[in-house]
This record gives sequence, C-alpha cells and structure tokens, in this order.
Amino acid sequence: MSYAAEDIHLTEAEHHAATALAHHFDNLEQQREAGSLGMWTFLITEIMFFGALFAAYTIYRTYSPVTNASFVYASSTLNWKLGAINTVVLITSSLTMALAVYFAQTGARRNQIVFLLLTVVLGATFLGVKSVEYAEKFRLHHFPAQGFWMWDTAGEPFPSGVSEQSVRMFYWIYFAMTGLHALHMIIGIGIMLVLVFFARRGRYTPEYHSPVELSGLYWHFVDIVWIFLFPLLYLLGAHLAGGHGG
Amino acid sequence: MSEHIVPKKIYFTIFGALMALTAITVFAARIPFHNESIGTVIALAIAVTKAVLVVLFFMHVRYSSRLTWVVIASGILWLTIMISLTLSDYLTRGWSHLPGGR
Repeated sequence: MSYAAEDIHLTEAEHHAATALAHHFDNLEQQREAGSLGMWTFLITEIMFFGALFAAYTIYRTYSPVTNASFVYASSTLNWKLGAINTVVLITSSLTMALAVYFAQTGARRNQIVFLLLTVVLGATFLGVKSVEYAEKFRLHHFPAQGFWMWDTAGEPFPSGVSEQSVRMFYWIYFAMTGLHALHMIIGIGIMLVLVFFARRGRYTPEYHSPVELSGLYWHFVDIVWIFLFPLLYLLGAHLAGGHGG
Repeated sequence: MSEHIVPKKIYFTIFGALMALTAITVFAARIPFHNESIGTVIALAIAVTKAVLVVLFFMHVRYSSRLTWVVIASGILWLTIMISLTLSDYLTRGWSHLPGGR
C-alpha cells in the first residue's frame, strides 16, 4: 500500500535510480564500488599473467652478456617506427574510451556511441599495423616455430657476442607478448561493439553505466601493457646503426 | 551517492602528457649509451610514469576508495615478489661453482 503511494511521487531521475539498483546492494555507490573492485581483482590476475612474461624477458636481459646482447640485437630488427605509431594510436584510443565513459556518466548517448565507435576504429587500426608487422616477420621466417624459423646470417651476419638461440628466444617472447596483447585488443573490440549495441537501445544512464566504466578499465589496462611492451621490445635496439626501423 | 565525474579537460591534459612522454622515450632510445641498462632504466622510468597517469586519471583511481587502492597495491606487491624472487635465483647462480652456474 505505502509503496504505491510513494511511486506516485517518484521523479524521473529517482525512477531511473530505482531500476538501476540491483536488489542485493544498499545503494548505487555500493553497487559501483563492488563492480569496480571485482574488475580490479580481475585486472590483478591479468597483471600477474603478463608479469610472468615480463619476468621471462627480465631473466634473459640479465642472465649473461650474450643473452642481453642478443636481445638488444634482435630488438633492432623490429620496426620501432611502426611500434611508435601503434603507441600513439593506442593512447589516443584510451582518450576516446575515457571520453566514452564521460559521456555515459553525463547521459550524452549520441556522443557515447560516437566515442565507443572511435575506440573500435583505433583498436582496429592498431591490429592492422600489427598484422603488417607480423606478415613481414613471417615472410622472413622470423617466427620461432620448429621447422619454420630461419635467419639469413649469410646476408647479414650476427654481430659478435650474439647467439641465434637467444635471438630466437627474443622472438618467442615478442610473439607471445604482442600476440596475447593483440588477443586482448580483439576481445576489447568485441566488448566495445556489445556496448554500442546496448547503448543504442538506451541501456546506459547516468545512474547505471557500470559496463561502460568497467570495460574502460579493461581497455586502459591493455593500453598500459603496451606502454611497457613498446620500449622493452621495440626501443631496446633502436639506437643500433642499421636498425631496420631506420 | 553521486559519482565523481572527471572533467574532460583533465583527460586532454593527461593525453598530452602521455604523448609528450612517448616522444621523450623514443628520443632517449635513439641515444647510443655505452651500456643498454641505462637506456632500459630511462625507458622503464618513463613507462611507469605513463602507467601511473593512466591508472590515476583514465582509470579514475585517484577518485576511488581506499579499498581499491589496497587491492591495486597488493597486486603490485605480488608482482614485485614474483620478479624479485625469480631474479634472486637467476642473478646469484654465478656466485657458486655448482652446476648451472655461469
């Protein structure tokens, strides 16, 4: 009885807030906090997952002068200019993602959709540049699989103190880390398209837009992984004369 | 109950800083130091700065609760433990003349 009486006096905003709140939370703030904490817990597992690969990289950089010199040389055979372009593309996509969250918070649905789509376009651009790089490495047989890996040392001999085994290990780490990063980007683009679908249907309001906010956290995390991958993989050997990136 | 909304201006400022730091890290990497570890230390210092800017502002952690801070700090702590304990093995193998030492 009393519920019905209260319903009559609900403003539109209060009505939105009431439908946005799941029954097991006290209020919207607690609901947001729980979602954010859950996402961060997931991202911590991702940090540990990528962290193990960064640890592998660190071991080879510190293990011996040969493994270190081989990594520096192998790095110089990557195209650091393409890596730099992708860094700019990815940081820009983080800005568009942050703005998509902003427009979700302020309830500007059209802008929210536009900036989600811009994020998708930038993510796809990143993957496009990446596939150009991968194609070049496959053409040169620089993919470290058994029976496929080849390095034309007749054309360009290894500098002294560089071992092919360690160069190959660099390429293992390169493909493992950039490949897993690219997989995260592909998943992220899929998530963005789902967000666009529901945003068009008006699912997200200033009271309820946790999916947009939490997907933003994921997208920024993927950006952070690349912020570390770019200098460690691409820039490490960029100072060497004859580096393939120019 | 209302959520903190970061002004757009802050996002653009952080974006500018991230771009500038990217330019600096590329510029620094082109300098041939006599020891690669100098370049790596500079690159990592810049990368950590960029990551902190993204976490604090793009990921809103500056405006998040203490509990979120604790969760993130615990993640960084465990990452540090993983890498430092692993290296405490690899970096000290040359100290002995046992098999496996360099």
